[in-house]
Amino acid sequence: MTIRSSGALAAACAALALTTAWPVFAQNADLARNLAATCANCHGTNGQAKGDMKPLAGVSAEKILALWSDYKSGAQPATIMHQISKGYSDEQIKLIAAYFAAQPAAKK
Amino acid sequence: MNATLFDVSRRRMLGASAALGGLSTLGLAGCATTASGPSIGRVVVIGGGFGGTTAARYLKLWGGNVDVTLVERNTSFISCPISNLVVGGYKQMADITRGYDGLKALGVKVVQGDVSAIDASGKKVRLAGGGELPYDRLVVSPGIDFIWDQVGGLQAAVDAGSVVHSWKAGPQTVALRRQLEAMPDGGVVAIAIPKAPYRCPPGPYERACMIASYLKTAKPKSKLLVLDANPEITSKKALFEKAFADHYKGILEYKANAEIKEVSGKVAKFEFEDVRADVLNVIPPQRAGDIARSAGLVNINARWVGVNWLTMESTAAPGIHVLGDATFPAPLMPKSGHMANQHAKVAAAAIIQQLKGQAVNATPVVMNTCYSFVTARDVIHVATVHQYDAADKTFKTVPGSGGVSAAANQIEGRYALSWAQNIWDDMLAAA
Repeated sequence: MTIRSSGALAAACAALALTTAWPVFAQNADLARNLAATCANCHGTNGQAKGDMKPLAGVSAEKILALWSDYKSGAQPATIMHQISKGYSDEQIKLIAAYFAAQPAAKK
Repeated sequence: MNATLFDVSRRRMLGASAALGGLSTLGLAGCATTASGPSIGRVVVIGGGFGGTTAARYLKLWGGNVDVTLVERNTSFISCPISNLVVGGYKQMADITRGYDGLKALGVKVVQGDVSAIDASGKKVRLAGGGELPYDRLVVSPGIDFIWDQVGGLQAAVDAGSVVHSWKAGPQTVALRRQLEAMPDGGVVAIAIPKAPYRCPPGPYERACMIASYLKTAKPKSKLLVLDANPEITSKKALFEKAFADHYKGILEYKANAEIKEVSGKVAKFEFEDVRADVLNVIPPQRAGDIARSAGLVNINARWVGVNWLTMESTAAPGIHVLGDATFPAPLMPKSGHMANQHAKVAAAAIIQQLKGQAVNATPVVMNTCYSFVTARDVIHVATVHQYDAADKTFKTVPGSGGVSAAANQIEGRYALSWAQNIWDDMLAAA
């Protein structure tokens, strides 16, 4: 994750860290979830895609990352994913892949 | 309740209860992740379209114990995306209509009715049918309403049924389809497109294709005039131009810089000419939905709502989150159902953290995919990815990302329908 934190966030995290035992980067778990949710419009809620879309739930992170890299490079022909894949950072796609890998496999 | 203090204390209690063998019922209940514990807050959502339903669904999915009430005037959701296929005769209204039962099953209270006022200082929503809904945080996803007075006679003509807008899916979609069916072969259909920004940038051109496709098959002596107030096609230009030339030559005539001034009966008046049509579809100029305006949320160009993109809160009224078409967009951000769904997820994540007194996500991402049918089967897309830019406090598209289809194709025709199925299920929590 890239923490391009605003001063306010850093201050808030620091304040929390002082007063509680919270991990400072507690939002990391939500970040993966939030990023993965940007895929749900096509790939279904939590990756449970229906119809002609590829389900991502329960697919291994390695497989998602390899496919992603191939879309990005153009090695894997695509209608749209070669364009969308270039919009996310490598750190973001790692979080997304790990999130979907941890979901129960899609029922379809 | 002070959410921050509450959170701190309940975490301490959890620690203590774990150490003491779990004696603290209150502490454990407060930490429960199921929907059985005490509520972390009340959220009222106004508007059951792409934005509002997604917000309600994801507040439940991610927030657990959030009281969510959705207020919507219609009994069911009718999708604008895919509605041009109904206009073309390739889909039925039932195909684009979905119920709110999935949300109800999640515990969302669905109230059918209109909102008469938002009391921002008292944190209450007043219902037109009587009664009030108190809230801790409010989501307003009102879509668009029309700026009727920019086109003389338009509202009266639409009320009388001589002109249809068909830019909100529902009875207007059916009306346009029926008028096309009733028109004799050899008739003239006209579509007037307003200046951008308006809901669904490629929508008017997709509609033109769908109407032309119907005429080509069923009424080949007819004509379709596409009269565009914009200097050129506003989205997927080269692809639409190719579709017009490849499929609808001799039927579809496109004219740029044609801004409608007035309508009278079946005559549309432009600066230099009058156009008489048998079916007149005027897409009116648009602004944020009425409730946003009456609540004082409209603060940009007297049309749109400025928002803080980290939380989707109105810049006019913190604590009120505004989604979708009603917002003044970030650069290159379209007014689309897909984008409203993405806005809603940013808002839902932020609301849950705000209710818990936590810092909100500092690096949100939203993306958009829009498929347009150029024939009954061939589809073209435009896609963008928008990353939050902390320095400029807005979303920006990622250089080198996004784009349009290389050419219209049938694979994307299948994807377009699957997109609809998946996004409707995502927002409405369908099984």
